[in-house]
Amino acid sequence: MSANIRNKVLIIFAHPALYKSRINMELVKEVEGLDGVTFRDLYDEYPDFLIDVKKEQESLRENDLLVLLHPFYWYGCPAIVKEWVDLVLEYGFAYGRGGDALIGKKIMSAIATGGTEDDYKRDGMHYYSVREFLNPFERTATFCGMQYLPPFVVHGAINMKMEDIAVYKSLFGQIIKALRDGEMDLAELQGFKYINDYFLEKYKSWSI
Amino acid sequence: MEYDSFLFQAFIYLVAAIVSVPIAKRLGLGSVLGYLIAGVIIGPYVLRLIASVGDVMHFAEFGVVLMLFLIGLELQPSRLWKLKGPIIGLGGLQVFTSAVVIGAIAYTIGFGWRISLTIGLILALSSTAIVLQTLSEKGLMNSEGGRSSFSVLLFQDIAVIPMLALIPLLAMSGAGFSGLEMEAGHADSAVEALPGWQQALIVTALIVTIIIAGRFLARYAFRFIAETRLREMFTAFALFLVIGIALSMQLVGLSPALGTFLAGVVLAESEYRHELESDIEPFKGLLLGLFFISVGASIDFNLFMQEPYLILGLVLVLVSIKLVILFILGVVFKMNMSQNFLYSFSLAQGGEFGFVLFSFATQNNVIPAEISGTLILVIALSMMMTPIMMIINELLIQPHFKSFGEKRDPDEIDEKNPVIIAGFGRFGQIVGRLLHANNIGTTVLDYKPSQIDMVRRFGYKVFYGDASRLELLESAGAAEAKLFILAVDDKDKAIEIAKTLKKHFPGLQIIARSFDRRHTYDLMAAGVEVIERETFASAIELGESALKMLGFHGYQAHRAAITFKHHDEKHLMELYEVLESEDENTFIEMTKEKNQDLIDLLKSDQKDIEEEADHAWERPSEFKK
Repeated sequence: MSANIRNKVLIIFAHPALYKSRINMELVKEVEGLDGVTFRDLYDEYPDFLIDVKKEQESLRENDLLVLLHPFYWYGCPAIVKEWVDLVLEYGFAYGRGGDALIGKKIMSAIATGGTEDDYKRDGMHYYSVREFLNPFERTATFCGMQYLPPFVVHGAINMKMEDIAVYKSLFGQIIKALRDGEMDLAELQGFKYINDYFLEKYKSWSI
Repeated sequence: MEYDSFLFQAFIYLVAAIVSVPIAKRLGLGSVLGYLIAGVIIGPYVLRLIASVGDVMHFAEFGVVLMLFLIGLELQPSRLWKLKGPIIGLGGLQVFTSAVVIGAIAYTIGFGWRISLTIGLILALSSTAIVLQTLSEKGLMNSEGGRSSFSVLLFQDIAVIPMLALIPLLAMSGAGFSGLEMEAGHADSAVEALPGWQQALIVTALIVTIIIAGRFLARYAFRFIAETRLREMFTAFALFLVIGIALSMQLVGLSPALGTFLAGVVLAESEYRHELESDIEPFKGLLLGLFFISVGASIDFNLFMQEPYLILGLVLVLVSIKLVILFILGVVFKMNMSQNFLYSFSLAQGGEFGFVLFSFATQNNVIPAEISGTLILVIALSMMMTPIMMIINELLIQPHFKSFGEKRDPDEIDEKNPVIIAGFGRFGQIVGRLLHANNIGTTVLDYKPSQIDMVRRFGYKVFYGDASRLELLESAGAAEAKLFILAVDDKDKAIEIAKTLKKHFPGLQIIARSFDRRHTYDLMAAGVEVIERETFASAIELGESALKMLGFHGYQAHRAAITFKHHDEKHLMELYEVLESEDENTFIEMTKEKNQDLIDLLKSDQKDIEEEADHAWERPSEFKK
């Protein structure tokens, strides 16, 4: 295990048909099995949607950063992620009386979407920005006393070439490792729309 | 042919019963009145077809014993214990008050106090046989009024024992016990000669033996008998049990009816209860019928015709006094008005013990023979009035109360569970556990004794019996249940049970375990609503695990499995519709075709299922490489 782990990371991943998604497959390969990273595939673990709430809550207590990794479906998450949020973040655990388990922890969405960044603008086909669509996640995090980090977003995933996918794959791995090892200035990070942008600006040598 | 040959007599009784009872029932008069009228008709004053009514009545009284055994079976000890208040309070006050009032009237008329007291005591009793038979026929045993009636009757049956001891003491001539008391099913007691404390000891020992044997040993005996798989052995054993207890009770000088009632209560928690019920029931029914017929036949119309108005007057006075006392006690005990009327009208007659006790009193020189004769006639006529009184109550009084007959104490019906499971082996147990875990009451029937014992150890209430028998289904509560789970491991038996249920309980929903496609179709044809092939769902799940172990993503394997499942069930239904709708030739053709379809099915499964599931979560045209 790497000696400089500062934040233990829990990646909650969901894709109902992983074998069809090149981008998600690659992102998963990059982070699964990293030191200090717990990876959980919801659709694989709970195919009948019967989520083990106690076990999930235990994982949340043990980790410092929660990453929700999933495709961006109908401006939101796949069904099982909603189920997971609804059941696991329960009263007395995540909020309400005695619900302080998540206070001070960090959370980040990591999503892949078919549309380009331009589609998610006032004059684009989706009108609202990805950040706006992610408001429910941001508010949920804030409500539970968590710090919401700018999301990791892959745009244009549908027609992406394999070499571009490889770049995102590597970028995602670097970001997760940097977060794990506490190498990012979180205050500075908050000024960015996507965590991708902050990382690319900080490490100019990177390019897509 | 001899008129008094056994078969001829039996034939006469049976003809009388099968002619008069259905007519009486059709007219809404109830079976009891039918039997009584039949008795009058074949009796010595109309057709003169039967001989020696007294002997027959004596034999038929055993029907009352069987009835109390069955009532005991329905009454778990805890529920009997709950009735202790009404039995002692209501029952005790009814006997006491009625005896005092009727005795006082007799004394006023000018009888001596001994005669008056005897008359009061005897006429205080009501007819267990008629009341309970009528109430259960009307389904009113579980109502408040029904339970109050039952409590009073039970007290009266107990009170007969001290009465038998008291009457000889009242004898004018001072004559003591005579052998005649065996008439009442009382003495002929082997322990009579012993000192009182020894008698008490023997009686206590016998009761304790019944309780302990019923609780701890009966199960093994039942199991041993049941494992022979010969139904008549079980019936024989059940009769042996009841008769044996009745005899041993007689031997120590207790009422056989009370003894078998006690045995019934002890066995009420046994897993063999429903089977016992359905075995004894026909005997009880026939014997009680015989008893009612003999009561009807014993009515002395010569005596009646001598002083018809006096006799009728006495009947009316007796019934009115008893009715008023019962009603006042009902008010004192805060009974619901409509239920109070029910119980008062039920119990306002003289009882069959009166016949025995009056003869007994005459033989002990307590009461002159002509008075006994008249009063026995009064009792018989008052018994005959009971079904009519119940009809008056139903037609004239109860319409003023809305809730008549509907009001049931939840405690009383809690053993009638909403779900009946037939077959509690590998399959039924899983279903039962699931329901059990969700607090759904189940009544379980199984006919493998070893199975029952094993499952009982884990705290399940399982009853022994063959679920294809209508009587067993009835006593298990099929008429009240919401759902019947058919999980027996015998194909033909399952079909048979389904058909019986559909015929007799059309409102009951059935879900069933089937063995294969063919069996599924047979069950569908029998009217079963939901059918699961016993190995199908688990095979699909195993298949899902296989896919997963071969590297399928968990959710992909899951969807593949459930898609396949639905696909297969759809095909199953399509083939059934063909079976149902087409004539035989078309059917054979279609079956061949469908068999080909099945082969195609295996080939096409993959393609169909891919089409059904594959385009989820993607945009194929843009995405495909």
